[in-house]
Amino acid sequence: MDKLSYKNKIFVLTEYRGEKFHPISFELLGKGKEIAERLGGELCAIVMGSRVSRDSCMNLIYYGADRVFLYDSQLFAEPNVINFKHNLVKLVEEEKPDIILIGATHFGRSLAPRVAATLKTGLTADCIDLEVDEKGELIQIRPAFTGNILAHIKTKTKPVMTTVRYKVMSAGRMDLERKGLIVFKDAEEPKERNVKIVGKYEARKLNIADAEVIVSGGRGLGSPEGFNLLKELADLLGGVVGSSRTPVDEGWISKEHQVGFSGNTVKPKLYIACGISGSPQHLAGMKDSETIIAVNVDPSAPIFKVADYGIVGDLYQIIPLMIKEIKARKVNKG
Amino acid sequence: MVLKIIVLIKQVPDIERVRFDVETGRIDRSSAPAEINPFDLNALEAAVQIKEKLGGYVIALSMGPPQAVSALKDAMARGADEAILLEDKKFAGADTWATSYTLAGAIKKIGAYDLILCGEKTVDGDTGQVGAEVAEQLNIPHIYYVSRIVDFNERNVTVVSEMDDASYTIEASYPVLVSVTKDVNKPRLPTLKDKLRAMKSEVKVWHAADLEGFVDLNCVGYFGSPTNVHKVVIPQERCREGKIFRNVEEGLENILNVLKDRRLI
Ligand SMILES: Cc1cc2nc3c(=O)[nH]c(=O)nc-3n(C[C@H](O)[C@H](O)[C@H](O)COP(=O)(O)OP(=O)(O)OC[C@H]3O[C@@H](n4cnc5c(N)ncnc54)[C@H](O)[C@@H]3O)c2cc1C
Ligand SMILES: Nc1ncnc2c1ncn2[C@@H]1O[C@H](COP(=O)(O)O)[C@@H](O)[C@H]1O
Repeated sequence: MDKLSYKNKIFVLTEYRGEKFHPISFELLGKGKEIAERLGGELCAIVMGSRVSRDSCMNLIYYGADRVFLYDSQLFAEPNVINFKHNLVKLVEEEKPDIILIGATHFGRSLAPRVAATLKTGLTADCIDLEVDEKGELIQIRPAFTGNILAHIKTKTKPVMTTVRYKVMSAGRMDLERKGLIVFKDAEEPKERNVKIVGKYEARKLNIADAEVIVSGGRGLGSPEGFNLLKELADLLGGVVGSSRTPVDEGWISKEHQVGFSGNTVKPKLYIACGISGSPQHLAGMKDSETIIAVNVDPSAPIFKVADYGIVGDLYQIIPLMIKEIKARKVNKG
Repeated sequence: MVLKIIVLIKQVPDIERVRFDVETGRIDRSSAPAEINPFDLNALEAAVQIKEKLGGYVIALSMGPPQAVSALKDAMARGADEAILLEDKKFAGADTWATSYTLAGAIKKIGAYDLILCGEKTVDGDTGQVGAEVAEQLNIPHIYYVSRIVDFNERNVTVVSEMDDASYTIEASYPVLVSVTKDVNKPRLPTLKDKLRAMKSEVKVWHAADLEGFVDLNCVGYFGSPTNVHKVVIPQERCREGKIFRNVEEGLENILNVLKDRRLI
């Protein structure tokens, strides 16, 4: 594509599902605004959804969008990647943005490579930070090697595309005075039709990535019943139960609960790891939690290296005591 | 009709053992043995299971250095009928775009196929992009985060794809690319007999010249890559309180106070 035609235009692909915007949309706008200000550019939010509330699109402007491209069509009711790709690529060809930010959700990570390959441009996955260097180029920072290293990546082609991890950018402040434009776009149906969504068979009951408190158990629980104890503690703290991979593989708990490289990446206010050794794959999913507490019988367990507080001992002794103490304090307070 | 299945396999270092130079951020690949990317074992197992039920022919395809022959032999021990390694200095230093471009070129050379399987992501590159980019280069659909293969026959496959807030049952007719998570199956271990058989079988090696007419050599390897790593750093571990208690009462007292200070209780 012709490089001269770009005027520091930044695209943010929002995610509209279940009649609202996923919070990643506002996080992307927060970062997008920062980059747009730095480069003196325009920030555009792309909305592709079905029965999109017009009021909620105003929020995108309040959070930093100068223009909103709104596609409201049944084609976007389900996450059928080809429909999104077709329309996004068309818009990119018309508008020629410099940078495209997409959420590193399952949906975003399925769509973005498809778009990048069509546009023959570079894509950087799962970034945890974006910086603009002195040359005005975007530096994309992402973990690799199961979180053991951070790579700083530059893209030679335009547009620069990146997916951004959930909960690492902040949304910025809402400004009700901000003005912007909503542009209504017609969605086009692509010809390729050999993939059919035949059923949406199970809505996720648990979205562990959104939890503020997670009480996780590992092989040290010894049995599925151990999770009842953790559930009691999680309930008291207003949190949810998590797991290392071992209990999931053993069939003690369902896979939605798994934290780590092949499970969920989480960043709660409080993460309590019980009977978890702290393998690199587990740490890759939780080491950015605000406060980490570990309970493990083995003082040399690597989990203690990332813990703020730890108790060396048997979780079956410690967790019931903790539950008892918290209950007692609650009673005293009330 | 026999189903033709291509499985994308990458050789990666054993992540538990690989060492990193904290100063330079360099990865010492010689510090750890290499193995098949764990998620690609799930992809291979899925292919072999389909073959066992329906009849079929499984090709393991990889791009990598000459040592990757051993990963492909391992793939043959685990049930692949044929293995192809794309190996050339010109392919080195490829990012996901150039990797997928080269793999797609090789797939075009292979010719007709029904199903392409790959892993959710690699433990080293960790992007999960190569699968969908291959599919786009081949202009076929892809289905990501597949945790279950529900059904398959000579014409189509039905899978469960884990999206963010829901799971979807998706039916696709061939050709299609499916990227699997570790939940899709438990890869079996090859028997000694399988290993011995694989030792004797041949891995085809295709160099850049062998892909002539299928790829533009200006688009492969480092020079064909739209992105490049400009620096690697070892993440600074957040400074943690690191208060570890051996006395349970003392530990609990401290922890409960912290929880109270932070308004968590
Ligand atoms: C490609 C790949 C992806 C992976 N993805 C993930 C992932 O997403 N998430 C993940 O967690 N793992 C993942 N793993 C697995 C990972 O390597 C470890 O095997 C796993 O994390 C170990 O789980 P654990 O800590 O529960 O078990 P273990 O390592 O066996 O640790 C159990 C701990 O419990 C302690 N303990 C025992 N009894 C008690 C007791 N009564 N009280 C207190 N402590 C006790 C022990 O001292 C020990 O430290 C992955 C592996 C691979 C290869
Ligand atoms: N060099 C390669 N050769 C063959 N397959 C690959 C290669 N790199 C990635 N893949 C496939 O693409 C998947 C996703 O890889 P990645 O995008 O690197 O995380 C892997 O699980 C493999 O199935």
